[in-house]
Amino acid sequence: MSRMEQTIGTRGLVLNEPLVFEQGSPGRVGYSFPPLDVPEKKAEALIPKRLLRDGISGFPEMSEVDVIRHYTRISQWNYCVDLGFFPLGSCTMKYNPRINEDMARLPGFAKAHPYQPEELSQGALQLMWELEQYLADIAGMDRVTLQPSAGAHGELTGLMMIRAYHTSRGNPRSKVLIPDSAHGTNPATSALCGYRVVPVKEGPRGVVEAKAVAEVMDNEVAAIMVTNPNTLGLFEDQIIEVAKIVHAKGGQVYCDGANLNSIMGISRPGDSGIDVIQINLHKTFSQPHGGGGPGAGPVALKKHLAPFMPVPTVEKKGNRYTLDFKRPKSIGKVRAFAASFGVLVRSYTYIRSMGAAGLRRAAEVAVLNANYILSQLKGTYHLPYDRHCMHECVFTDALQSRHDIHTLDIAKRLIDYGFHPPTIYFPLIVKGALMIEPTETESKETLDQFIAAMKRIAREAEEKPEVLRQAPHNPKVTRMNETKAAREPKLRWRPAS
Amino acid sequence: MRYIPNTDRDCAAMLQAIGVRSVDELFADIPPAVRLKRPLKVPPAMAESEVARHLRELADKNANADRYSMFLGAGCYNHFSPAIINHLVLRGEFLTPYTPYQPEISQGTLQALYEYQSLVCLLTGMEVSNASMYEGASATAEAVLMAQRITGRSEVLMARAVHPEYRTVTRTYASQLGITFREVAFTEAGVTDTAQVRKMLSERVACLVVQSPNFFGAIEDVAPLAEVAHAVGAMLVVAVAEPVSLGILKPPGECGADIVTAEGAGLGTGLNYGGPAVGFFATREKFIRYMPGRLVGETEDREGRTGYVLTLATREQHIRREKATSNICTSESLIANMSAMYMVTMGPRGLREVALMNLRKAAYAKERLAKLRGFSLRFTGPTFNEFVLRTKKRPGEVLKGLLKRQIIGGVDLGRFYPELKDCLLVCVTEQNSRTEIDALAKALGGTR
Amino acid sequence: MNVPQGLKYTREHEWIKVEGDRGRVGITAYAQDQLGDVVFVELPKKGRKLGQMEPFGVVESVKAVSDLYSPVAGEVLEVNSELERKPESVNADPYGTGWMIQVRITQPKDLDKLLSAAEYTAYLQQAAGGH
Repeated sequence: MSRMEQTIGTRGLVLNEPLVFEQGSPGRVGYSFPPLDVPEKKAEALIPKRLLRDGISGFPEMSEVDVIRHYTRISQWNYCVDLGFFPLGSCTMKYNPRINEDMARLPGFAKAHPYQPEELSQGALQLMWELEQYLADIAGMDRVTLQPSAGAHGELTGLMMIRAYHTSRGNPRSKVLIPDSAHGTNPATSALCGYRVVPVKEGPRGVVEAKAVAEVMDNEVAAIMVTNPNTLGLFEDQIIEVAKIVHAKGGQVYCDGANLNSIMGISRPGDSGIDVIQINLHKTFSQPHGGGGPGAGPVALKKHLAPFMPVPTVEKKGNRYTLDFKRPKSIGKVRAFAASFGVLVRSYTYIRSMGAAGLRRAAEVAVLNANYILSQLKGTYHLPYDRHCMHECVFTDALQSRHDIHTLDIAKRLIDYGFHPPTIYFPLIVKGALMIEPTETESKETLDQFIAAMKRIAREAEEKPEVLRQAPHNPKVTRMNETKAAREPKLRWRPAS
Repeated sequence: MRYIPNTDRDCAAMLQAIGVRSVDELFADIPPAVRLKRPLKVPPAMAESEVARHLRELADKNANADRYSMFLGAGCYNHFSPAIINHLVLRGEFLTPYTPYQPEISQGTLQALYEYQSLVCLLTGMEVSNASMYEGASATAEAVLMAQRITGRSEVLMARAVHPEYRTVTRTYASQLGITFREVAFTEAGVTDTAQVRKMLSERVACLVVQSPNFFGAIEDVAPLAEVAHAVGAMLVVAVAEPVSLGILKPPGECGADIVTAEGAGLGTGLNYGGPAVGFFATREKFIRYMPGRLVGETEDREGRTGYVLTLATREQHIRREKATSNICTSESLIANMSAMYMVTMGPRGLREVALMNLRKAAYAKERLAKLRGFSLRFTGPTFNEFVLRTKKRPGEVLKGLLKRQIIGGVDLGRFYPELKDCLLVCVTEQNSRTEIDALAKALGGTR
Repeated sequence: MNVPQGLKYTREHEWIKVEGDRGRVGITAYAQDQLGDVVFVELPKKGRKLGQMEPFGVVESVKAVSDLYSPVAGEVLEVNSELERKPESVNADPYGTGWMIQVRITQPKDLDKLLSAAEYTAYLQQAAGGH
């Protein structure tokens, strides 16, 4: 029985806290500056008056105490990894080590300017170079661009490099093959690169079949975008043949590396014919999610694509590290400066803390934890693919829908039991999907509490379904009126006129 | 390992419950040909104290703004960050939650982002803002894509005075979508040539992109540019790389901008060797459905209680898929919240005061340095906290000499603009004391 | 599910009510039920020429987006501008106030390719059986 049930949920001690705009008082300040030590020239003397503003109306005036209280209070309403379990499939919500935060804040990293001389940035460049080596080996690839700021950003970068590669060979091509189970960023990215999406259906075993790919592969296909392990939590065991079929007609194989946590040290995407893969540092490599970022999406690639990498790359000559901007075939840049450097520091620290054996162990325990949940919930919930999974397992609401209870109700009721819901309604090819990824940083007790909660919810579906339909009952707010939010968008505070 | 709670005993119990003898059996689906048969080429694990020592050694090999007098700007600004910001974002409740897709248990993140969206609107003078993009350059690129979607046109005019990296990123994004670019020159005042803009505008142009203050620190007169762009049905995109300037400068929203992007990192989130950062993205209400990125909206729950929720998600990748306005998923929520914390900590007075300090210190430096023998101001127009210094001696040599005195004097503009290869871009913020500025002048005065 | 007689239907769940040489078009009760609460409808401009089954707009709900397909080749004569203010009409009254466009039918033979009420009902039952 979860201890969390006996608390009052995520209300904390604060039920309501107004917006900042409704707080503070004229004249209150939260800042302090030393006195001005240069001549106090008037702004109008330096800049034409018409280019100046009359103050910033609407901004609150708060003391430091007001600010600390406001944010501390609203923080109480957030469920977070530090508080409990996030069984979110494909998100890899593992623990975020605090030593990583300390290291990112070292002055030599936090107070370094991207344009300071290279000879005075050797520590930063060394970190980037070493991180590239580690990620390349983990992925089984030749080079890594550390520039992209998120998984989707990495996908875009990877697909742009593929396009540049094809263009350099005379024809950018026009199509990208994408399995139906793919994450939404995959087709969105293809469209951004000017490619038309051709869907590929998964076979009955839940994996992409070589013969399905052969049917649609031709000389206009620039790439296939696969996810391996896929969004059903299964290893794409025909990937080697699929890669051969695509390569035979000159196409490239892009892999969405969101699920890398399941195979670190056990299998490498590059060894199965993958040409490009993005790695999500905010998933596999412990960068905190921060409520929606920052993340980073380094892209590992085979050497035939290296000329197209964004600039600058980090190179090592003897004992010196340099930024290489002289890459005429580069696609250009996808962000200013070298990278989301602070995120790289955190992941580098994590990799050094885990070591080679530790990373492999993480993958093993992640897969073990997921299979444990699968084995315990099988029978209680419908399992569309009855076989061992990788780091995540997918159930559906098929058994519960007999009582007119659906995935959304199950998810919302889990909140009352003190858990964040799993990923729901994804992948799209499974109706009413519940995708559960525990990661390796959860203990057996936590998994047992989660399993017990899921079993109770299944019983509630039969005995008192109305409780589920009205869930969640405990948190600060119940189900939100999303229709109203979309029909009458109110996206900001406005001063009373 | 301290991040992996399950012991061998826990694992054994789970293996038994699953009905397999070893973890290896769980990986049976992986073809032998792709099983890795050697350890990873990653060094062995380090204990926490060892890791800390190693990272400190790396960090100590870098110059930083505490140990050097830094006069570097160029899109990344050395501003003071109040202590409370770090303390607040190190709270697990802000650091470790997921994207707020389950609003009932994410009201902290959602209210904070709603406030952030509102603050960005007030700061930039625009009507609606999203919940952040990656950083200023890619946000500007996405603004150009949005202008193309709205106008159906494929030509873009970009001012050369826009940050070179912003221009490169925008071209990189747009090159596969058939968008062509033409660049507009800058004048002796250091601002974009309005006459040339007028000549180059046509009904084929989707948008004009300018930056203010621009890469040279000069303040662009945005209103006339908006007028000429609108006259041909083109949109105006204004990028703001130095958001502290909005403490005193007229916001682009009040000058006719259609889309405003900004690099928000200067609002108290730190240099961080260039990242993580945060891209502001704000526009007019009539363009909401074309906007990329997440949006937080206010609504009610079943009991009529006010709450916040991610909304208009049908623009986004997870629903719209290939018809999405962008592919962005994870953005920069935590950094966005940091910038919001900065904005409310400073308030209107603080933002005005820090902006004035930047303006005045830079003016003082500008005046002193321009008087030095062998140096002159390259441009004549008003600037905010950066300016371009022409030097008789090679900028590379000048900078080298300054380094010997623990001064990082500026950016050698020859790196980006061949016609400015005799120039330095010097930035002065509230973090530079008068003593430092005088030391810079003295050091430069000594270079003949 | 409500499938009125006297209308013709597409497999993409649009209906068309023939009025002389004109046709009024909307989406079916089944479609609006699948979508959930409609929040926005994107409609074409008057005068736009459409081919049979060519997409003419988009209907958005909170959780989904769907293309709208023209049941017949034709020219857009009228557009239901009320839907801008009240997209919920599509849910409340899909065959009445939830209508979307009115077209001039340029190829009357197109109607023969559409489903009758009985055929559409059978089609829905078949689709449901697949789950």
